[in-house]
Amino acid sequence: MAPVATPFFFYLLSALMLAGGILVITRKNPVHSALALITTLLAQAAIYLMLYAPFVAGVQIILYAGGIMVLFLFVIMLVSIDRSIKERQFNSQWLIGVVAATALGGLFIAVYTKGTDLFPGQATLAAAEGDNTQRLASLLYGQYMFSFEIASLLLLVAIIGAVVMAKKRI
Amino acid sequence: MPPVTLTTSGFSRRVQKAKMQSMLHITTLHYLVLGAALFLLGVIGVLTRRNVVIVLMSIELILNAVNLNLVAFSHYWQSMPARVGGGPTALHGQIFSIFVITDAAAEAAVGLGILIAFFRNKETVNIDEVNLLKW
Repeated sequence: MAPVATPFFFYLLSALMLAGGILVITRKNPVHSALALITTLLAQAAIYLMLYAPFVAGVQIILYAGGIMVLFLFVIMLVSIDRSIKERQFNSQWLIGVVAATALGGLFIAVYTKGTDLFPGQATLAAAEGDNTQRLASLLYGQYMFSFEIASLLLLVAIIGAVVMAKKRI
Repeated sequence: MPPVTLTTSGFSRRVQKAKMQSMLHITTLHYLVLGAALFLLGVIGVLTRRNVVIVLMSIELILNAVNLNLVAFSHYWQSMPARVGGGPTALHGQIFSIFVITDAAAEAAVGLGILIAFFRNKETVNIDEVNLLKW
């Protein structure tokens, strides 16, 4: 099936993502930032669907927007935000940070203008649809088995680390 | 000379039309530019904000920008011929983005655990007051 109105949805979703990102880094209240970040993540899941990656889109919604953001909101409720909202929001070296980020942006723009031919810009055809999840599974449990095991070990270490860190007495 | 101006204006209109066409035809480059913009937003958030929770959220923004690039390149490789490693089974970018999401989950859990321990000791969430190891 051919994609429908791809440019319109691409620009709509990119605008949503960028607006959400700007809100994340400018809002005073961390709860508002978290809600903006959820908007960004959902729009990104829709962009994954446009790129024919339905499994990654589902993982993005369930794990990011569902799991990690709930964790963030829990921690925001645990630490008291009343005091930090009244204080200044940007650290004393924010000017240096903005200059460094601007330099990075200039680098991106320079790469974009000098090396447009290097980028793959020509071919975006509709890939075969249907058994994306099946192919992903056979890759994940075949060629990438060892990496998968290491990832599960990493999650185990993260669980133990989080429990130890959040204990009453370390 | 009316004809000359007519042809030049026609030419420029054609160039403009080609530019519009390239704007309207979404390629991998568009996704890469979007990823770069998101990455920049995340970097600005990490470098300037004072609240640890928002700094962690900015790190999530950075990881998401990387994920977007990975999935876009995966889509690009699926349209490549199989003799250079492409084809419909070339889903390595999506696999890698799943690993990046796993890392993001682990990082968020440990980072927020550290934040809770720190808040219990110093009653603050400001990142420039985290200076116990500084002398």
